[in-house]
Amino acid sequence: MSDTQSLDPGIPAVEAVGLTKTYDKFEAVRGIDLEVHAGEVFGFLGPNGAGKSTTINMLCTLTRPSGGQARVAGFDIVSQRDDVRRHIGLVFQDPTLDGYLTGEQNLRMHAELYGVQRDLVDPRMEQVMRMVGLWDRKDQQVQTYSGGMRRRLEIARGLMHSPRVLFLDEPTVGLDPQTRSSIWGYIEELKAREEITIFMTTHYMDEAEFCDRIAIMDTGQIVAVDTPDALKEAVGKDTIRIQTENDELAIVRLRELYDLEPTVSEGHVTFGIASGEEFVPRLFAELNVPIKSVNVNRPTLDDVFMKYTGSSIRDAEQAGASEMSRVVMKAMVK
Amino acid sequence: MTDLATSDGSIAPIEVVRVSVPQRSWKSEWRAIKIMWRREMIRFVNDRMRVVTSLVQPLLYLFVLGSGLNAFAGASAEGFNLKTFIFPGILCMTVMFAAMFSAMSIVWDREFGFLREMMVAPIRRSSIVIGKVLGGATVASLQGLVMIIIAPLVDVPYSLPLIIGSFLMLLLLAFAMTAFGVMIAARIKQMQSFMGVMQMIILPMFFISGALYPVTGLPTWLAVLNRFDPVTYAVDPMRKLVFEHIDKLPPQLANTTGVTWFGWAVPTVLEIAIVAALGLGMLAIAIWEFQKAE
Repeated sequence: MSDTQSLDPGIPAVEAVGLTKTYDKFEAVRGIDLEVHAGEVFGFLGPNGAGKSTTINMLCTLTRPSGGQARVAGFDIVSQRDDVRRHIGLVFQDPTLDGYLTGEQNLRMHAELYGVQRDLVDPRMEQVMRMVGLWDRKDQQVQTYSGGMRRRLEIARGLMHSPRVLFLDEPTVGLDPQTRSSIWGYIEELKAREEITIFMTTHYMDEAEFCDRIAIMDTGQIVAVDTPDALKEAVGKDTIRIQTENDELAIVRLRELYDLEPTVSEGHVTFGIASGEEFVPRLFAELNVPIKSVNVNRPTLDDVFMKYTGSSIRDAEQAGASEMSRVVMKAMVK
Repeated sequence: MTDLATSDGSIAPIEVVRVSVPQRSWKSEWRAIKIMWRREMIRFVNDRMRVVTSLVQPLLYLFVLGSGLNAFAGASAEGFNLKTFIFPGILCMTVMFAAMFSAMSIVWDREFGFLREMMVAPIRRSSIVIGKVLGGATVASLQGLVMIIIAPLVDVPYSLPLIIGSFLMLLLLAFAMTAFGVMIAARIKQMQSFMGVMQMIILPMFFISGALYPVTGLPTWLAVLNRFDPVTYAVDPMRKLVFEHIDKLPPQLANTTGVTWFGWAVPTVLEIAIVAALGLGMLAIAIWEFQKAE
């Protein structure tokens, strides 16, 4: 059949138009448009409660959208639910393994449920289990696995049926740094070896850097989509922090010479300027105030998030949490 | 960490094996049912404690309650053993509770997230439910089979037709009870609630069914309740089956079988058909409930 695993690069891995999900009066996802190209690692960035998981659940056919349309691997998520399911792999935020079965039995069960060709089950299993470094633990019950091993086994299981799109919902949350970086290792490896699109959510800014493109989601809407570098460039200015012999004089000179609006915080004079690294030599030549130290910062994704949502991801999370508890409270009062 | 060492490239690269998922067909549904069934078996074999603990309650009823009441009822003086009488009922009880335990694992699966893994697979929900019910029923009737082994201790001699016959009867009861349990588990999301509901339903069903007393000559109110209790129609054929295989059945026991409706003796075939029909009906409801769940 033509719908084997070779990906037609013309078909987007994920395509959504006006996708909406409303719970009673709470709008979890407010009409998002999205296009994920075949073969890319696409990151979905946002605080908890932004609607990332709801979006993923709709794309995975677990939740019916209230409005809008979406296609995954070329199939409609409502009318071609089974076809979508055949072509996606899922790794949820919460564990979904059977602890009484061994690692191998969990994968075998998955292969049987998905109807993977019998003669390919064993070789495919060996491949994915070796990839996540669990081949020598395959005969042990999953309840003896550590948290990191379980997550790795879930990733292996999600890959068991060679999906075209792998959905990873917060794949590294709650894991130690070593396991987190090994999971990123697998994702890089996957990209190199298999024709697969990876769609993942995260609220770790440093992880979003690994993605080819990221979408920033806030309160149910997508506020920006681009490559991490392009997003950072859009924020524009670098931040320069200097320590001088005479801060007040330095501020006056910066205003006069370059029309900047510096601020002072924690004993540093701070200002934003484009192409900061090229600016530093001029600063030394022209400022005429002795400079003790200079620090140039490229914008980070935190700054990007700040620009688009008006708050840091941590603040947004707290606001989101209180919003959630308000909704829960309302529901309870009813 | 040794288990990470294999993934960091120190080992020769692994060949990529590409598989594909075929479109849904009756074949893939059958494979799904089989693996669901096999999962129950694997878990049963791995969990030996479950076999032991599930036998404690029936053994208590049979030997402690049976022996205690035997002395009180003066049965031995009249030449029969009360334990023989309640043995078929105890077999049914073993299977009823074991079946509930099997069904309960759906609530566990939900709590541990595994249910989600099954629900997103490209197969029918009915295959999941059917596989689960058949697996749970097999496990429960195997536990009943363990009880049949002690038959000689209660003056019931071994015989192959008895063992096969009672296993089939227990399988039917286990199927109906597991279907019932899964139907309940589809609605109940918490373990504690499930246990509570089960206590509330299973114990009365067991006591009213006549597993511990004859269904003939009951006070009217109890007779009415008894005839409405589905378990009655499993216990009675079971008792007929066991008593048929006792060489010299004491006359006191011979008159204790046979359910009647307004004086009409209900045929065994109809009794079995009632249990089967109820089981199928509850299976259908369970499937429907899982299909509408998101």
